[in-house]
Amino acid sequence: MTISFGAGLRASLFAGALVAGTAFGAMAETVYHRGNDGNPETLDQHKTSTVAEAHILRDLYEGLMVYDANAKVVPGVAESHTVSEDGTVYTFTLRGDAMWSNGDPVTAGDFVYSLRRIMTPETGAKYANILYPIKNAEKVNKGELAPAELGVKAVDDKTLEITLEQATPFFLELLTHQTGLPVHPATVEAHGSDFVKPENFVSNGAFTLAEFTPNDKLVAVKNAKYHGADSVAIDKVIFYPIEDRASCVRRFEAGEIHSCSDLPTDQIADLRAKFGDQVRTPPYLGNYYYAVNMSKPPFDDVRVRQALSMTVDREYVAEEIWGGTMVPAYSLVPPGINNYGEPAYADYKGEAMLDREDKALALLQEAGFGPDKPLKLEIMYNTSENHKNTAIAIADMWKTIGVETTMINRDLASHYAHLRDKGDFDIARAGWIGDYSDPQNFLFLVESDNDGFNYANYKNADYDALMDKAAAETDLEKRADILREAEAMFMRDLPFIPILYYSSHSLVSPKLKGWEDNLQNVHPTRLISIEG
Amino acid sequence: MFGYVTRRLLTAIPTLFLIVTGAFFLIRVAPGGPFNLERPLEAKVMENLNRIYHLDKPLWEQYLYYLGNLARGDFGPSFVYRDFSVAELFASGLPVSIQIGAGALVLALVAGTLLGIASALRQNRPADYGIVGLATLGITIPTFVIAPLLSLVFGVWLGWLPAGGWGDGAWSYKILPIVTLALPQIAVVTRLTRGAMIEAMRSHHIRTARAYGLKPWTVVVVHALRSAILPVVSYAGPAAAALLTGSVVVETIFGIPGVGRYFVQAALNRDYTLVMGTVIVIAIFIIVFNLVVDLLYALIDPRVRLG
Repeated sequence: MTISFGAGLRASLFAGALVAGTAFGAMAETVYHRGNDGNPETLDQHKTSTVAEAHILRDLYEGLMVYDANAKVVPGVAESHTVSEDGTVYTFTLRGDAMWSNGDPVTAGDFVYSLRRIMTPETGAKYANILYPIKNAEKVNKGELAPAELGVKAVDDKTLEITLEQATPFFLELLTHQTGLPVHPATVEAHGSDFVKPENFVSNGAFTLAEFTPNDKLVAVKNAKYHGADSVAIDKVIFYPIEDRASCVRRFEAGEIHSCSDLPTDQIADLRAKFGDQVRTPPYLGNYYYAVNMSKPPFDDVRVRQALSMTVDREYVAEEIWGGTMVPAYSLVPPGINNYGEPAYADYKGEAMLDREDKALALLQEAGFGPDKPLKLEIMYNTSENHKNTAIAIADMWKTIGVETTMINRDLASHYAHLRDKGDFDIARAGWIGDYSDPQNFLFLVESDNDGFNYANYKNADYDALMDKAAAETDLEKRADILREAEAMFMRDLPFIPILYYSSHSLVSPKLKGWEDNLQNVHPTRLISIEG
Repeated sequence: MFGYVTRRLLTAIPTLFLIVTGAFFLIRVAPGGPFNLERPLEAKVMENLNRIYHLDKPLWEQYLYYLGNLARGDFGPSFVYRDFSVAELFASGLPVSIQIGAGALVLALVAGTLLGIASALRQNRPADYGIVGLATLGITIPTFVIAPLLSLVFGVWLGWLPAGGWGDGAWSYKILPIVTLALPQIAVVTRLTRGAMIEAMRSHHIRTARAYGLKPWTVVVVHALRSAILPVVSYAGPAAAALLTGSVVVETIFGIPGVGRYFVQAALNRDYTLVMGTVIVIAIFIIVFNLVVDLLYALIDPRVRLG
């Protein structure tokens, strides 16, 4: 659908005036209308797991460490910290002026309470495992130790000591995750799981919860008690859970919304033509891959896996299927990640497709496949137009080396249940978005004891040994080398065939200042302002 | 009459029980569970969650547990909207869906009946063809095409109305969803009224009424419409139940916080309790509106006697 610029501009000015004039204009406050991926499942930071929740909780609470506009880890509630020589004991000094929205000071005890709460099995925290580097965390979470045994201690009101199982170079970044955010102990004790209701809500972030209706909106208002309140330009941020991406674009165009957190990728060319650089698609910390079931022949043969991987024209998939909103992937770890450097790319990166096809044909032949005995396989994916188109394109590429592909799709829950329960499959589509910017967060997926994520049933003692060695290494450069060695092994064995790195897809109004593109796609509202 | 209503409502209880039982076990047949996310959970975390939500018990025990809670009026917590109980979700969403649905129903009945009568009285003339053509179009174009189109034209291009959102229930936010929801219904009601009206106008009592020299208005409204409206009433019952319980398409495209979306979201997320809640609410609406239709029938058609 095309629309003349003039008409669009007029319409958006008019609608903008309408919105401002009716609902909010009278209060003369700065309101940020923010499109979000969907509803938060919960606002209990200890039970959350989704990106939509992360965007909201980042505004409502402040952790020990926080992300700045460029997703660099900077001090939050902790104004400074020291690390013991062996990298296992972190001592944080809390800001003197850190306060809860009800005026209580934020204390080290609050963090002790919070970290114990997330690890307590009864909390049912979906993402508790992300904080397993903390000493005894895993045992507490599994009910083997009492919460008091957790390696977290309040030395005094403003000094917090966290002991780790072993040195963890990305630990500070882990603390920026929503699971590391504090709860207000008295409120949780008084209201139980209802502490997340607006009438009970006490937070320590730049904003505090005013209203939440599922499928409608979540309103957060500026928290006057926040220590940086003077520099917060937005008085009120309204998160709209918009699942239909095209709807978000229309509301953006009508001037009702300042930013969309996702876009319809099939319309990306039109959107770019219409909105120019308001369409933002920077690289995102994620990988879109095909897991190969290594527990059954012929997929246990590395030549088969290599041949399949070589024949995937990733540039075509990224450009034609995903409209340039994804990036061709020749490694598991996305480039640009912290604590790493260049990933270990596949050696056929940059080679011509024709040469790759010849090599693949030779490999398949070695493995015993040919025109009289074609390789037959099934791609399993979760129902989605993009996944389907990707599978069709890849099946077509595989046809050039004589592979006969069939497809099966299931809805998301069935698909992942099937993978988790170790159901039978040949090739399965999956994706991974990093929780923290560290190569370990990608490479650990195929450790042999990783039951939840190692869909490929990859078992390689050497690989596990390298991962253990990296975990014990405190020198970041040496550690990066070891991890790169592990990735090279991964690319040689190919339990997963990496296909694309993700990009984030946002639509950002030029009025929004302080929105910086970054790999983690984090855009804290406290750093954003609205002009005009 | 009162006895009839009481009897009908009492027979609804076993019906509801069967529906609840069927739905409970059907949704469990679907593979996966409420905690099968794109990123699988640690086995231990999953175990904790299953224990908290009683999913670790045998199915029959869960079923009895659910029935027991239901008997006390407790629909349980939502698995996926973890901060809300199913009852809270309906308390906030159902009024929204009812407002939109009732608006669409009234619009559909008024506009559909008027267009149907107009069309019937001008049978086989240009106006008739025009109306029938539009009605056919209204039935064939799906709401997921109409909704974005209306939003684009009136929200983005003309800027007369909001392109989406609920705006705390402000009237301007309701117009497009109501119109979208009403359009296919207007089409159906128009066709039903037209057909029944043409038949009624040919019937003996209308010819008699005309022969008596009654005014055309009296003939059409008092005599013809009374019998012509019956098929519309029997259609409107189930239609009302469907409209008032929300539409997933309209709610998703316009961003309306109604309950229509819950049915689809809940089924896809395996939000067992929310699926059950939606099934029960829809079942109750259908039962009640079928009853209302039967009562209206007795009111309109003197040949029908309830007893």
